[in-house]
Amino acid sequence: MRRFPLSLGCFAIALVFLGARASATQELKWAGDPEGGAPFVEADPSDPNKVTGFDVEIAELIAKGVSRSPRFLFVPYGSIDQAIQRGTAEIGLSGMEDTPARRAAMATTIPYYAFREVLAVRDADAGALRRLSDLKGRRVGTLGGTIAYEILLQAERRHGLEAVSYDDDVHPYSDLLLGRVDAVLLDNVLAERRRKSMSGITVQPAPVATSHYVGVLAPRNASLRDAANEVLRTAMRDGTLERIFRKWGVWNDDQPALYAKLIARQPVPAVTLSEADGSIGVATLSRWQASLRYVPSLIKAAGVTLVLSCLSMAFAVTLGVLIASGRVYGTTLARLALTGYVELMRGTPVLLQLFVIYYGLAAVIRLPAFAAALLGLALNYAAYESEIYRGALEAVPVGQLEAARTLGFSERQVLRLVRGPQAFRIALAPMTNDFVALLKDSSLVSVLTVVELTKQTQIFATNLGSWVIPGTMCAAIYLAMSLPLGALARRLERRWRAPTG
Amino acid sequence: MNTILEVRDLRLSRAGRPILSGITFSLSRGGVAALMGPSGSGKTTVLRVIAGLERFDGGTIVLDELTLHAGAHHPRDVVKKLRRQVGLVFQFHHLFEHLSTLRNITLAPTHVLGVPAGAAERRARELLEALGIEHRASALPRELSGGEAQRVAIARALAVDPPLLMMDEPTASLDPSRRNELGELLARLSDQNRTILLTTHDEDFARRWATTILRIESLITHHSS
Repeated sequence: MRRFPLSLGCFAIALVFLGARASATQELKWAGDPEGGAPFVEADPSDPNKVTGFDVEIAELIAKGVSRSPRFLFVPYGSIDQAIQRGTAEIGLSGMEDTPARRAAMATTIPYYAFREVLAVRDADAGALRRLSDLKGRRVGTLGGTIAYEILLQAERRHGLEAVSYDDDVHPYSDLLLGRVDAVLLDNVLAERRRKSMSGITVQPAPVATSHYVGVLAPRNASLRDAANEVLRTAMRDGTLERIFRKWGVWNDDQPALYAKLIARQPVPAVTLSEADGSIGVATLSRWQASLRYVPSLIKAAGVTLVLSCLSMAFAVTLGVLIASGRVYGTTLARLALTGYVELMRGTPVLLQLFVIYYGLAAVIRLPAFAAALLGLALNYAAYESEIYRGALEAVPVGQLEAARTLGFSERQVLRLVRGPQAFRIALAPMTNDFVALLKDSSLVSVLTVVELTKQTQIFATNLGSWVIPGTMCAAIYLAMSLPLGALARRLERRWRAPTG
Repeated sequence: MNTILEVRDLRLSRAGRPILSGITFSLSRGGVAALMGPSGSGKTTVLRVIAGLERFDGGTIVLDELTLHAGAHHPRDVVKKLRRQVGLVFQFHHLFEHLSTLRNITLAPTHVLGVPAGAAERRARELLEALGIEHRASALPRELSGGEAQRVAIARALAVDPPLLMMDEPTASLDPSRRNELGELLARLSDQNRTILLTTHDEDFARRWATTILRIESLITHHSS
């Protein structure tokens, strides 16, 4: 259930789409995300070109039931619905949650596995933090765009806790042990997996909610969905599903109860809350009404984007000026060190730098997510800014510097009064350009659990089951932030064409 | 002592190529001296060396009480004193592009000499008036004609009041009538307290306006008054 950054996801979808065209018609193309790992879908340790997991076996089961051969396509978890909608694959099986929104927007199969949303806490807190209402004022992590996240958002209002969204299901638990969050809400399959691999985690037995995994198909594929449902019902009756889940060690008493209802063709609600009342998701509202509900959180997220971008840029500019001055005026050793810094920061992905600062350095210094995001962006952009300033400083004619020297200015005064002001005018246009780029690059910090505009849009789109309205609103907000910036820069440039005094 | 500048056996090479080979001359206080010689004979380099912008390999330069020695960088305090003694007007003026005419002139007095802004501005306006360009006080360098820019550059150099004012090829960008205006101006500026040393290719200009003519020929200077 781990998610990829959006850009990588789009790239992967594009690759998958190209590959899909060449496939034969007798295949059943199914989409899953091996980043989610066992027991859902994982790369086979003995043959990384193959995948294994209970979702793989269910895909084989359904394919066999409709007399086709399964063909696996890698699609990032967060993009599976969209990939199915556009026909990249016919069915998505990757621990896909049974949400009201998904039921409304897609053709979902009957549930094939019942899970419980459970709280994981540090062993020391096991007695005190048993349910959501115990977590007032505390940070609770989960995977973004999931039922668990939606529950936590509602619990923010109801219980006064703080929901923290992650892009994968490993870091919530490692941050739990580090003390960055006080609890993690995720389904029992994921929680059990982490409890076994990390020590110090207690999983509270009382479920916060229950839901299921389903297969996801496009609405136009309803007949294939109906056929898949019959295959699943047969497998529930003859014990095939039980065999599969026992093999992967996740069989429990919840499953026979679910299967009995489904075999009897009784309705099964998508999500059942044990603790909070009210429905999960926004499926009961029209899309427009639902979208309006998200406006405040989008505006708040835009605020995070804007504040983060402005502060990072301010730091990057300051640091960039110092680096550029050091590279133009410094000793050989200083120049070498600064050049090394610039090349390192420009030559490695900012995403990697953010990871190192937030997770890599956690053993040494435990920075809050926002501070780590700010620092990461500032350090990275400082390298780019410094190159702009260095170029700008070197673009100021040497003759003017010599003229200033013959007038008796010290080198410092030459920089401050003659070289700097002119370099700044030269640097203004590329700086504005970088600031607009930073505004958008700031979306990368969502990997550090900072919910900014793009992340919020993603969450919004996942819960709504559509990208159209959230995507449009997101684009409009980004433009509303970047266009005035461009106008401001043009005004400054015009003003600087006039004399300064 | 009536000598303001004494250059002795000045030698300088760049990348193994001799630029100056044993230049010797002295200037007495006051008057206009013209340094002449064919292109590439090192006239500009002589001015740059005296202004402390270039190091040199041999010889000495004595300016009033100040002595510049060959070799490495000049000590900081020597450079500081040197800047108070010598002004240089570049052939291409090198005005500060981001500042108005007036600010080009007041920048050094206020920041180097610590003259109060009001006094510096009054003095700058006097200089502009004396040079006949007071109406261009708020213009930017790129808005000035070649002759105007030259006068602003002269005003900028005069604002810190250097006893020795050097000018590199001031006649190069001026037509003949303008050259005479410049000659008159220089004659007015030079007195017991100010000596002018300029380079030029214009023989007529030098004959008419210079009180001293120095020639660099075959890398050796000849004196004639």
